[in-house]
Amino acid sequence: MGDNLDGANLNSDGFETQEFILNLGPQHPSTHGVYRARLIMDGETVVSAENKVGYLHRGMEKMAEGLTFSQFTPYTSRFDYCAGALQPWAYVIALEKLGGIVVPERAEYIRVITGELNRISSHLLMVASMVLDFSAITAWTYAFNAREGVLDLLEAVTGSRLLMHYMVNGGVWADLPEGWVPKAEAELDRIIARLDDFDMLVSGNEIFLGRTKGIAPINSEEAIEFGLTGANLRASGRGLDLRRDSPYSVYDRFDFEVPVLHNGDCWDRYYIRIMETRESIKIVRQALKQLPGGDWRAKVAKVWKPAAGEAYTMIEAARGVQAYHVVSDGTAKPYRVHMRSPSFCNIGVIPEKAPGLTLQDFISFIASLDFVLGDIDR
Amino acid sequence: MTEFLTTVFNLIQGILGVAPTTLALALPWMDIFWAFVYFVGAVILLIINVIMLIWIERRAAGFFQERVGPNRVGPFGLLQTVNDTIKLLGKEWIMPASADRMVFLIAPLLVVTVAVTMYGLLPYGPGITPVTLNVGILFFLAVSSTNTIAVLMAGWGSNNKYSLLGGMRTVAQIISYEIPMALSIIGIVMLSGSLDLGEIARSQSHVWYVFIQPVAFVIFTISALAELTKSPFDMTEAEQEFVAGYHTEYSGIRFTLFFMGEYANLFSMAALGVVLFFGGASGPWLPPWMWFIGKTYVFILFLLWIRWTFLRIRVDKMMKFNWKFLIPVALANLLVTGVGIKLWQHFVERSI
Repeated sequence: MGDNLDGANLNSDGFETQEFILNLGPQHPSTHGVYRARLIMDGETVVSAENKVGYLHRGMEKMAEGLTFSQFTPYTSRFDYCAGALQPWAYVIALEKLGGIVVPERAEYIRVITGELNRISSHLLMVASMVLDFSAITAWTYAFNAREGVLDLLEAVTGSRLLMHYMVNGGVWADLPEGWVPKAEAELDRIIARLDDFDMLVSGNEIFLGRTKGIAPINSEEAIEFGLTGANLRASGRGLDLRRDSPYSVYDRFDFEVPVLHNGDCWDRYYIRIMETRESIKIVRQALKQLPGGDWRAKVAKVWKPAAGEAYTMIEAARGVQAYHVVSDGTAKPYRVHMRSPSFCNIGVIPEKAPGLTLQDFISFIASLDFVLGDIDR
Repeated sequence: MTEFLTTVFNLIQGILGVAPTTLALALPWMDIFWAFVYFVGAVILLIINVIMLIWIERRAAGFFQERVGPNRVGPFGLLQTVNDTIKLLGKEWIMPASADRMVFLIAPLLVVTVAVTMYGLLPYGPGITPVTLNVGILFFLAVSSTNTIAVLMAGWGSNNKYSLLGGMRTVAQIISYEIPMALSIIGIVMLSGSLDLGEIARSQSHVWYVFIQPVAFVIFTISALAELTKSPFDMTEAEQEFVAGYHTEYSGIRFTLFFMGEYANLFSMAALGVVLFFGGASGPWLPPWMWFIGKTYVFILFLLWIRWTFLRIRVDKMMKFNWKFLIPVALANLLVTGVGIKLWQHFVERSI
């Protein structure tokens, strides 16, 4: 697909037309951050698209080498800042593997609870911002109202609403506050009611279906080929969910479904988030019921030096498979930290699927992929 | 209170009626004097309306969206818009270096000119129609479509890709939706036998046309939303796609003019709907102009309700909906209306 910017084309009516470049972003209302797509447009139709990333690059992997293992933990919340409590999980599991630390059972449950709550808030953010891209401002406030409840719960536990570096090497930073469990159960009922409102207002709306059904369908082969993971993969008909397929923490003790949809279009990618939110609420409810007592943090030395070696861990983060590869050379600082971030892998499919979409459909497409720029650029 | 307002209104009317004679003006000067009076009246009405509408829009949106809305400046936040306007007046005028100067500068003025012209045509009540035209409705539609040119000028003159795409969409949208709108109005014209807005309003003294022409009312409402470029048809300034559409490059007072024009048109379009379907200024107890304004605001709230419920439709679906659904339905409605009128004349009126 070469740029045809100098030569004029003749369209079917014999009218001279010319393709032009549209830089969608880095400052644009619906690129959800400093993502930039260099689009070559023929009128309102995308001829070719190119991902331009790196506007938020902070050199985190290199930074990790200058910090101690536990000092780097807070930084991990800053990659996918929409799921700040869920993000450090893969990293702390890697550390625990390296050091052979046994995490107390209560800590594992608290991790599941905060992690799943964070997944709920992240999915609510995704569906809200997706419908906001279709200018459904009322529906957006409904979803944000539900998300507010989740954030209040998380704030009571972690002390922060966005970058909750709550999971630490060996457990969690603090115990659940007193009286939090019944409050959380009541709040979950409210969140479900709000989610139902949102679902009823948007999901079956004729205009919404028109904007999302059959737009940019990704079949399961393509999804595998482009390394899609998480909800985007499950919307394409492959039910890969690490919580079920290679359970970490205490996920094998909960009863939950892994929803799978088969069309892989924007609507499926949207609706799978709503289905997963319901499943997450189920998991949180079970975890709150089973919550054991005891310690919430294992004893870990202040200056902690794991044995030389390496660990690779994967978790099912809000946007897909989040993996960390941590290499230790026996000192207090990691020799190398490398991460696989789901958003970065998920946007690889954009140039493949964008040609032929109109600008409007392109907006729904990138909204449905649900990427976070902090996660792409690191 | 209402009597007081009526008295004040009559007083102003009286003074204005006497003024030209006392000033001993010659006939052409009389016309100019009256034109000036109407212009000032229309502009004052427009500004009050815009302030109220923006406040209502924001408060109503807050109500729909489980939030408060502006409530700090003045009682119930009524002065918020005044505050915002003053802020916008103080902002810098920015013009892109590569903009087409003349076109860029004239576009916002044209928008407001069109809006003011439409205010002069509306029958606010018996004796308060600034300009009575026997082809009022035709003139109204003609003037309102001039808006398209202003939007296209803004889109083209800005020399910005987003503005241009927004402007192009507007032209396609407004021109297409004028057809079902005109077709829905023709049924009313056939029933009332007049193109004069005041006459149409008066002919509904027995029954409002919304009960005789419900299909036309639905078509009119949909096309009015499209003409006003309000959601679900707000393609022209689709911020998620085009940043702000045709007025992306405008700032300060010029942006304010676009914004004012948009809300002013919302009022005049709703007022047209009231004249066509809800009996214009007729109503018991209250003075007619109050009925007119009240009905118009209820209709505006209805439009806002639609606006805040739906999301933006896809451009191609919008066109398909217009050409393949609305226009055939409007034509069928026209046919049924025509046959109905003939049958009525043949059987009912003859027997009476």
